[in-house]
Amino acid sequence: MALDTVTIATQNPDTTQPFAELGLKSDEYARIKTILGRRPTSSELAMYSVMWSEHCSYKSSKVHLKQFGEKAFKSDALLVGIGENAGVVDIGQNYAITFKIESHNHPSFIEPYQGAATGIGGIVRDILTMGARPIAVMDPLRFGLADAPDTRRVLPGIVAGIGGYGNCLGLPNIGGEIVFDETYAGNPLVNALCVGVMKHEDIKLATAHGTGNLVVLFGAKTGGDGIGGVSVLASETFNAAKPTKRPSVQVGDPFAEKVLIECCLEIFKADLVIGIQDLGGAGLSCATSELASAGSGGMQINLEKVPLRDPSLSPEEILMSESQERMCAIVAPEKIKHFMAICKKWDVTATVIGEVTSGERLHITFNGELIVDVPPRTVAHDGPVYNRPIKKPDYVDQLAKSTFEVPLPTDADDVKAAILKLIASPNIADKSWVTSQFDKYVQGNTVLAQPEDSGLIRIDEETHLGVAVSTDANARWSYLDPYEGAKLALAESCRNIATSGAKPLAVTNCLNFGSPEDPGVMWQFAETVRGLADAALELGLPITGGNVSFYNQTGSVAILPTPVIGVLGVIQDVRKRTPMGIPAADLDLYVIGKYNGNLSGSEWAYLHGEIGNASPVADLNMEKRLVNFLLDGQPIFESAHDVSNGGLAATLVESVLKNKIGARVDLNDVANALFSETPGRVLVAIKSSATNEIVSLAGKYQIPIYKIGTTGGTDLEINQAVISIEELSKAHTETFPKLFG
Amino acid sequence: MSFRVGVVTFPGSLDDRDAARAVEMAGGTAVPLFHASDDLKEVQAVVLPGGFSYGDYLRCGAIARFAPIMNSIVTAASHGFPVLGICNGFQVLCESHLLPGALTRNSNLHFLCRDQKLKIENTNTVWTSGFKPGQEIVIPLKNGEGSFQCDDETLKMLESEGRVIARYVDFDPNGSRNLIAGISNERGNVVGLMPHPEHAIESLTGPSTDGLTFFTSALQQLVGR
Repeated sequence: MALDTVTIATQNPDTTQPFAELGLKSDEYARIKTILGRRPTSSELAMYSVMWSEHCSYKSSKVHLKQFGEKAFKSDALLVGIGENAGVVDIGQNYAITFKIESHNHPSFIEPYQGAATGIGGIVRDILTMGARPIAVMDPLRFGLADAPDTRRVLPGIVAGIGGYGNCLGLPNIGGEIVFDETYAGNPLVNALCVGVMKHEDIKLATAHGTGNLVVLFGAKTGGDGIGGVSVLASETFNAAKPTKRPSVQVGDPFAEKVLIECCLEIFKADLVIGIQDLGGAGLSCATSELASAGSGGMQINLEKVPLRDPSLSPEEILMSESQERMCAIVAPEKIKHFMAICKKWDVTATVIGEVTSGERLHITFNGELIVDVPPRTVAHDGPVYNRPIKKPDYVDQLAKSTFEVPLPTDADDVKAAILKLIASPNIADKSWVTSQFDKYVQGNTVLAQPEDSGLIRIDEETHLGVAVSTDANARWSYLDPYEGAKLALAESCRNIATSGAKPLAVTNCLNFGSPEDPGVMWQFAETVRGLADAALELGLPITGGNVSFYNQTGSVAILPTPVIGVLGVIQDVRKRTPMGIPAADLDLYVIGKYNGNLSGSEWAYLHGEIGNASPVADLNMEKRLVNFLLDGQPIFESAHDVSNGGLAATLVESVLKNKIGARVDLNDVANALFSETPGRVLVAIKSSATNEIVSLAGKYQIPIYKIGTTGGTDLEINQAVISIEELSKAHTETFPKLFG
Repeated sequence: MSFRVGVVTFPGSLDDRDAARAVEMAGGTAVPLFHASDDLKEVQAVVLPGGFSYGDYLRCGAIARFAPIMNSIVTAASHGFPVLGICNGFQVLCESHLLPGALTRNSNLHFLCRDQKLKIENTNTVWTSGFKPGQEIVIPLKNGEGSFQCDDETLKMLESEGRVIARYVDFDPNGSRNLIAGISNERGNVVGLMPHPEHAIESLTGPSTDGLTFFTSALQQLVGR
């Protein structure tokens, strides 16, 4: 194949180029020509096409996402904000935490194991890149109906992939979600969250400055995996004898990533890098253009120096390859020897592929021929921005005007049957079949993990400082009202953090939606972003970063709008955390917060084929008071568990089953009280000697509290309904093994 | 003076820092040992930690066996030097022929992480001497290839010589022969255990503190020497 150089591009301005096949619109192609003053070389075209893709450029979401900056709560805790690989938050004692969620939805549908595995790999490298040791992962997952044949293909593969990769990295998996809904058939959502810890002075940024400093590529060798659109370029000119069909889903090697983590941490400790960037989506195109763009601007790369697994790769393919487990660092020449020695110790391949230059352009040569000559910012940051049409879908107002009815149990037998049915339903059933495939113990700092309200990790063994993380979404409420849905998801995530005894500190998000070219989906998205930005501001929390995943739809059917919200909290003494399970008999049970009996969007309604008509309206002022109530009352809570999916029924059952200690409660309006998912409620257990304190806290924070019963025995008794712990346990735990083996 | 216990890090070791924490909590001094060196740094006992050495893409532990540090450990072990292999460390000990048998894929083919009840069967080894005979303990189990297999003759020998040091109780997690969770060599200085005692040393982060006794047992034995 003839090398398409800058000289050739200048001499042959009219060569036809496959820009449309690479996903670029004709006006985008024209814009590249204007930027460069000539047609792009095939390598430049490849770089622009991936960097200007929706995934990398956020071209449809940018105009909305800027609200996260404009409305942002000014928090002193925010050390690094949106724009870097991941946000960084100060948690005190000179510790900084970085955390982020990303999606790996589409690859996980095509190849569940590798798609999910490399999703973990990618987010872990983002966290590592900030200078942090990764300390935990979480996985919010969404699938089609639990008994659908494709779910049986996708779910076990995704779970095995998350376990296979995460377990091998030595990262405890401390939580997540598993939700089933028919709209996720063909569009499973695999979101992966990673948390990392570092000292303030160890924060690293993705920047290349200092003329003469070296660009080092290290980690796995570059292969042909993950090359999507670029194979269009290749197939155009490659002869038939060459391997052209390559998988577009990357293949992970967790062992390579594990040694890369240890290697990087040793390099960071010795202070050997000026800037660092991982190679994820768009591979070297992304790493080189972003590093150069964030620095002084100039960089020279000798592309033939990139170590290859497949020597037949063309320069375009090398630039686009999404081979996993690779990092790119900027290293001063006097430190390169030390850098290389550490890489050698860990058997990590490291190669100097270029240097930072005094110019303002990114030059890439291949065997001495100039094939890329671009202003790096135009590749990395100045991609197209679309203000796509927005239209409120008709269904919203139609549903709002509609009424719905679901059967409600009345007598004791009905109540018992309803509870057993609810807790056996896939969305509420025990998820141990999944979570027991993940290592929650490694690193020895896991204080709480699933099914607790939040995952809680000890940061310092001497001072007992720790962090809590929770992820939440209620896509049905978002479907009914995306603005309220986003607010409620953030409120729930904060409540989960506070329920465990930690103080909410910062927010990340992963916004999963259908096609942005559908004005109805775009309306859902815009409303979601507006809701999240408003809620974060009102709750006084900075948004530290996030991820957008569009095109989660099959034909014209989009997934339910699914904004997954992650909240990070800090707890000064992890020994004082509040677990969810009832720990002893003879405690008093209280519901904190009032319910309104509405079943709209609830699991009970969903079980009867109804989505409802209206989302609850978030009362963030109350949620804030509730968080403070929970934090203040923490010393008197023997257990605490959020009321959310499945309502009080699910909360009671989960609280009882954790330590197999029963409870007896009396409820008015029993069916609505059990199944309504009215937000802003928590079930707590206290000693009766703490009655005065809880009453006075309720007064102080103006939160209604209701004593509903006491703990003890071997049954869950609700009014006249008596269900033994064995019956509950059987119903709760049998569903997943029956479905998935 | 506190006793020096080495913890080996192979590329891909995961529970090395946890094993070191357990050694320190038991009152010893944890000394990091690196796979690529044959220097035991004057330690008096060694722990081979859990993880996926070299990725375990071949048989688990099959490559770790050839690490320079293992030459020194195999030699020392034959002279009575205490060695505890946990999970991947157990697999490495089997591959190194310090212990008989092999660990194969769990019978249900899934990685399994759970709090597992064990019965301590032999309290005469260096690593189990602090337990009461027949004592039941709960410590985490977490692995994909934990099914202990050996031929009938070996099984008979292990049972008749009392070399089964711990057995799974109440629940069969992986299809191990005779529910074997751990075994020792003839002399009792080398012990392999599939579950993770280093993750049951504090009630805050583990299901119990039962695991600590493995480490205090060895340190007590060292005092006696």
